Amino acid sequence: MKYAAKKIAAMLLTMVIVSLLAFTAFSLISGDAAEIMLGTQATPERLAALRAELGLDRPLPVRYAAWLLGFFTGDLGVSIQYKQPVWDLIAPKVLVTLCLSVLCFLLIVAVSIPLGLRSAGRSGGALDGARTVLNQLCMAVPAFFTGILLSWGFGITLKWFVPGSFPGLQEDFTGAVKYLFFAAAAIAVPRIAMTVRMLRSTILTEMRKDYVRTAISRGADRRRVLRRHVLQNALAPVVTFLAQTMAEIVAAGIVVEQVFVIPGLGRMLVASISNRDYPVVQAIVVILAFWVVLAGTTADIINQRIDPRLRLGGAS
Amino acid sequence: MRKKLLALLLLVSLLSAVLCGCKDGSTERQSADGQEPTIGSTGETPPANEITVGIAQDLDDSLDPHKAVAAGTKEVMFNVFEGLMKPTSDGDLIPAVADRYELSEDKTTYIFTLREGVQFHNGEPVETGDVVYSIQRCADGSEGEPLIPALSVISDIHCDDTTVTITLDQPNTEFLSYLTLAILPEGYDQQDTAPVGTGPFKFVSRAAQDNIILERFDGYWGAPAYLDRVTFKIMENTDSIIVSLQSGAVDLFAHLGSAQAAQLEDSFNIEEGTMNLVQALYLNHSEKPFDDIRVRQALCYAVDKQQIIDIAFSGYGHPIGSSMYPAFGKYFDESLTNHYSRDIEKAKALLADAGYPNGFSMTIVVPSNYQPHIDTAQVIVEQLKDVGVIATIQLVEWGTWLSDVYAGRQFQSTVVGVDASNMTARALLERFTSTAGNNFINYNNAEYDALFAQALSSFEDAEQTAFYRQMEANLTENAANVYIQDLADLVAIRKGLTGLQFYPIYVLDLSTVRYE
Amino acid sequence: MRRQNGYMTAGLILAGAAAALILLGFFWTPYDPNAMSMDRAGPSLAHLMGTDNFGRDIFSRVMKGAGATASIALATVAIGAVCGTAVGALTGYFGGLVDEILMRVNDALTAFPSVLLALVVISILGPGKRLNVTLALGVVFIPSFARLTRTAFAALRDANYVKSARLMGAGSGRILLVHILPNVMHVLLPALTIGFNNAVLAEASMSYLGIGVTPPDASLGYMLSEAQGMFGIAPWYAAGTGLVIILMIFSAGLIGEGLQRRNGEVG
Repeated sequence: MKYAAKKIAAMLLTMVIVSLLAFTAFSLISGDAAEIMLGTQATPERLAALRAELGLDRPLPVRYAAWLLGFFTGDLGVSIQYKQPVWDLIAPKVLVTLCLSVLCFLLIVAVSIPLGLRSAGRSGGALDGARTVLNQLCMAVPAFFTGILLSWGFGITLKWFVPGSFPGLQEDFTGAVKYLFFAAAAIAVPRIAMTVRMLRSTILTEMRKDYVRTAISRGADRRRVLRRHVLQNALAPVVTFLAQTMAEIVAAGIVVEQVFVIPGLGRMLVASISNRDYPVVQAIVVILAFWVVLAGTTADIINQRIDPRLRLGGAS
Repeated sequence: MRKKLLALLLLVSLLSAVLCGCKDGSTERQSADGQEPTIGSTGETPPANEITVGIAQDLDDSLDPHKAVAAGTKEVMFNVFEGLMKPTSDGDLIPAVADRYELSEDKTTYIFTLREGVQFHNGEPVETGDVVYSIQRCADGSEGEPLIPALSVISDIHCDDTTVTITLDQPNTEFLSYLTLAILPEGYDQQDTAPVGTGPFKFVSRAAQDNIILERFDGYWGAPAYLDRVTFKIMENTDSIIVSLQSGAVDLFAHLGSAQAAQLEDSFNIEEGTMNLVQALYLNHSEKPFDDIRVRQALCYAVDKQQIIDIAFSGYGHPIGSSMYPAFGKYFDESLTNHYSRDIEKAKALLADAGYPNGFSMTIVVPSNYQPHIDTAQVIVEQLKDVGVIATIQLVEWGTWLSDVYAGRQFQSTVVGVDASNMTARALLERFTSTAGNNFINYNNAEYDALFAQALSSFEDAEQTAFYRQMEANLTENAANVYIQDLADLVAIRKGLTGLQFYPIYVLDLSTVRYE
Repeated sequence: MRRQNGYMTAGLILAGAAAALILLGFFWTPYDPNAMSMDRAGPSLAHLMGTDNFGRDIFSRVMKGAGATASIALATVAIGAVCGTAVGALTGYFGGLVDEILMRVNDALTAFPSVLLALVVISILGPGKRLNVTLALGVVFIPSFARLTRTAFAALRDANYVKSARLMGAGSGRILLVHILPNVMHVLLPALTIGFNNAVLAEASMSYLGIGVTPPDASLGYMLSEAQGMFGIAPWYAAGTGLVIILMIFSAGLIGEGLQRRNGEVG
């Protein structure tokens, strides 16, 4: 319990660090919201007036402190560009991105774990080479390219979905999930290949260890050894790897949301960065960070249960 | 294993396909009808009289028409707002919210008579008070610079029940162009989020970075729009644009590249208009070596506009020679276009004369979100190599460009397109006067400043036009920038849709678009 | 044994081919990779992979672009692996406060959107330098290596042979480098090839978002994103570029596979 409490405190700390990093990063990029909004009609006078109106003339620490205070009191502020409360703007997008990420993660787990186990179990067969080649090929294609291929193949040719017309989760849930499935697949294909590979190599390494060899040579059932001992020991790096995959899904989501025209957080983030809409950027960065950190923390907690050696820092 | 993977994928896909089977059917049926599959429609209603228009970016600034400056915002909101006057596709101005106007003998007093029965989208009738409010809002200079500085010529504005009288300090031939400013209901303070105007379409809703929905305004005073509903869908990714057009998700998309347009010819009509931009390699006159006219002229001789248009734009585009584009009609001086035709020897001689016999190195800053400018810059780099000038492209984000190049003027050269905020020559030419706040190239030419002063104080249209044309010639002769082209505007519009009109300004009028 | 060498050999041959292509590209290409012309055509004897929308020879551009992509990816993985393993070793081996602090920063970095990070790096260093992308991506890659190796180092911290080394008076640095690191290699090696793979993909995504090498110079990622816009009219562009990306990732993967199998055999 203490361990979990500590982890939660650490998560909060991480998110504050992330928000501070994001804010600092933002102040380092040249150009501000006032300049974007006035565009080529900007003159020094109009810029100054607009900055005052938007509150951009306040010193940076003051702005960050105001933001942080608002964050802890549940107020994410008001978007500079949209003049609407940030939460109202991004709430529907949070849901969409959440769906996409979860779908993608499930897809990766559901496909790669059985594949990885089988491929490790049948190491060295005639198919092994072909499998490795296929695996490598899947890894070599960037998500945006897979995305376009899926759009052409399943969207234009087979007409299984209509690329460019995401139905919206509230309006048509099954339709939306179906649409997201293709986007999730675009992200998942290379990740599945990597996870299979990772799983396979971890298991094979474990299988070559003395205790396994001994067990098998003594006549223990190979599959039972695999399930009982090998898996348990091989699981920790795989869980870590999957948590890492969550972060990669979020990152790849940014591009794939663009390709599939999905109104998610990633596109909103990219647009808000280029519009210098810092309240929105801060909010999205913190939400994505929460998501990623949550995955990492969960992985830590699971690992620590599997393998007590990983209990660090005296927290036992 | 490969089979298994495939089987599993197929299984999952099929499962979801079956789950959504009914949805699929409805989409199919609508496609068969020759109508676009409508988003979110239940499939029970007949094909809706609506279209989806793709736009490359969300409306990035205020929806308030007086505060909006981005071309992309004005392009969409043109359908929602109107002024006393409004532009036509021919470049003329016709009365809109006003029924007619009279100009006094001394040309300083305008009397506008309000059109009867004009309504705002919220159902309120337009009153003269709203007109005065809207004009004053744009002319108010009490908090720094007014929204439309040119309105400072107004010395008095007052109204009675049906007329608005505007008195000017001095005659101003361009004054009517500024009265295209949107008429807004007095005292309504949510234009930012829920705009209300008098145009043929009313604003319904928007979802950030997703869509903007407009509906036909049935109380419109003029010819009603044909379409019931227009959804603007934001898709910033060029590849998704093609796929979305092909899939039927989007019916109309403007500002396509020639390569994109070529892929759409089967199911779309490609209509060609102009972007109404002055695309040029803009040179910073405060930076060496561009402070030397010979160097600038050398660059002009080194660059081949037509080749740029041919290579990067498949021949679409109109070459220009000064800060003016053809849609401006009488102001546009065609003879300047070929003032410098490509001449490597001459360019080399000029460079040698200026002290750069072996050329020099330079950087070209290009905003990374404008592919046409990136493409143009790539060709320029190649062309400049022929005279020994080694140019390097620097891609920067639009925000960085605005801050460093436009406001900060920290750059050597940049390829962008400059547009006109309204249909006046002044909107394009004033920025190059030495004291203009937006003179980002630091052009400093006494003769030019003098010509502009003369143009401003000229009350004869012909005389004023002549001054503006002299200003254009001045820019060309002094090689202020390496002028390239007014880009072509390629619009893909689904076959079966018709009635699209092009304007000499950057707008997309949907009120005339209809199903055949 | 023969099979494992088979992967290694195949990987080395393919990598050799890719390297030869890249190295040759530094000195010679069939055409000037940036020279434009009006002729746009599919693959022919004159233009092995056809020409792009500017009439530039795709094969020449691929040779140059592969060099850019490979150098970015290798440098990125190098930065990520070296820094990441260092962080992972420190936190995993020592634990305690160092672990807490470094892992929080690590988490923050993992969660930080790489687009924003890339923009910051570019803002600080100035635009248009290849170093930017490399640095930005390198930083992005640190956390994954750190997490991976941390787990491995932590697991081996209390292994018997490490304990005995400690009893024999070996310093922490020596234990980390000489005793634990070689045994972490089985985790690190596949991570390296996956990292290379990820770096190539990430570079492509960055190019796709408009952050990366600047035109007219090319990287494979930039070319691929350009190519897919012309999928309908010039499929050879995507095909040629994609082929070389696959060649690179594939050869790295095979080498990784081979290494790993040999490693597994030895360990």
